[in-house]
Amino acid sequence: MIELDGVRKHFGAVPVLKGITARVAKGEVVCVIGPSGSGKSTLLRCINGLESYDGGEIRVNGTRVDRTKREIRTVRTQVSMVFQRFNLFPHRTALENVIEGPVYVKGEPKADAAERGRALLARVGLAGREAARPAQLSGGQQQRVAIARALAMRPDAILFDEPTSALDPELVGEVLGVMRALAEEGMTMLVVTHEIGFAREVADRVLFLDHGVIVEEGPARAVLTDPGQARTRDFLRRVLHPL
Amino acid sequence: MESFLADAREFVPILLQGVQLTILITLGSLVVSTALGLVWAMMRVSGIPLLSGAASLFINVIRGIPIIVQLFYIYFVLPDFGIALTAVQAGVLGLGLAYSAYQAENFRAAIEAIDKGQIEAAQTIGMGWGLTMRRVVLPQALTIALPPYGNVMIMMLKDSSQASTITVAELALQGKLIASATFKNTSVFTLVALMYLVLSLPLILIVRHLEKRAGRP
Repeated sequence: MIELDGVRKHFGAVPVLKGITARVAKGEVVCVIGPSGSGKSTLLRCINGLESYDGGEIRVNGTRVDRTKREIRTVRTQVSMVFQRFNLFPHRTALENVIEGPVYVKGEPKADAAERGRALLARVGLAGREAARPAQLSGGQQQRVAIARALAMRPDAILFDEPTSALDPELVGEVLGVMRALAEEGMTMLVVTHEIGFAREVADRVLFLDHGVIVEEGPARAVLTDPGQARTRDFLRRVLHPL
Repeated sequence: MESFLADAREFVPILLQGVQLTILITLGSLVVSTALGLVWAMMRVSGIPLLSGAASLFINVIRGIPIIVQLFYIYFVLPDFGIALTAVQAGVLGLGLAYSAYQAENFRAAIEAIDKGQIEAAQTIGMGWGLTMRRVVLPQALTIALPPYGNVMIMMLKDSSQASTITVAELALQGKLIASATFKNTSVFTLVALMYLVLSLPLILIVRHLEKRAGRP
């Protein structure tokens, strides 16, 4: 469903992605791990055209991703995104955030969208908070609204860009719980994360990215418990045992 | 004091005719400057070099020329090119153009104050540039732009007196005409000043209200 072939990207003279080839199949949960600056977020942002890329090809459901073309909007409604910093619209309520896309992009009748939106908020554990503004919600709640907003577009896949990195530790669990439930329902997910435990338990596959190349990939459990590459081993040791 | 009151009774009706024109010029140029300011601001943030460059050039040219010279240009020079405007039309257009530059910079600053992450979020739910502006950026930018907008309104009210230089008989010019005919400078200009103050006060109160509201989360 998401295909990357030799994707390259530079920021000025600095290469960030040096030929990434990967596949995410329908219903698959793939976690991308790696040190900061390794190009994980950039990779994700290229997939729905928030960033351009310089070489290779990215396809979503067979459509080439090109942020300069009008079709990029179709790609974006097929592949939703959840951001590290939530990026909710602060001037709108939780429910309004969720139904913004369905109503104004897809033209769904407002009443239908609102009913579905309420159900989505309930699904992420926020029944009763429909009228709250983002500023009145905790980080974990805001991120769950953001997930509901992504789901409201009825996407084929969701990209998660470090969805728990901006959260207080005690709020991480509630967001990961929602993501696990989504994975169990068969949602296709590509997740950039530092939550190794989540990756091990929920992901089907793991990609380990370093300096713009995929150093290692394979079944989550295998890569995370017995990595084949020294760089992966080294990274996991630093993440799991920071002291 | 008694003579002042007597003068007031005599001159206020005439000055009020000037007030009408002052309000007309202020409101007219407010509409023109807001509409044009929004256009320049949109061009500036469009991301299209040709548009943003053109808007930037225009804004700087307008900012670099005194309002009074712009008014002279529109009223006295344009007729040479076959565009003859009445004094009031020229005043509204001139002040509107002059202030559109300031409005544009105010709007642009407000638009650029919106967190880029929100714009990305709008894009990821399939919104194009127009929809993102209308649904996400502008509603928030408006709240940010309102207090400075109120200040511009007050400045425009006072600068509407510059239209007197192209024969618009607004409040300041009416005052000057009465004063030079009666030599009652003190009474006349005190009345003129008071009238400007009375016109400004509601605007000042509105600005204060807006600033308080904008300060809230």
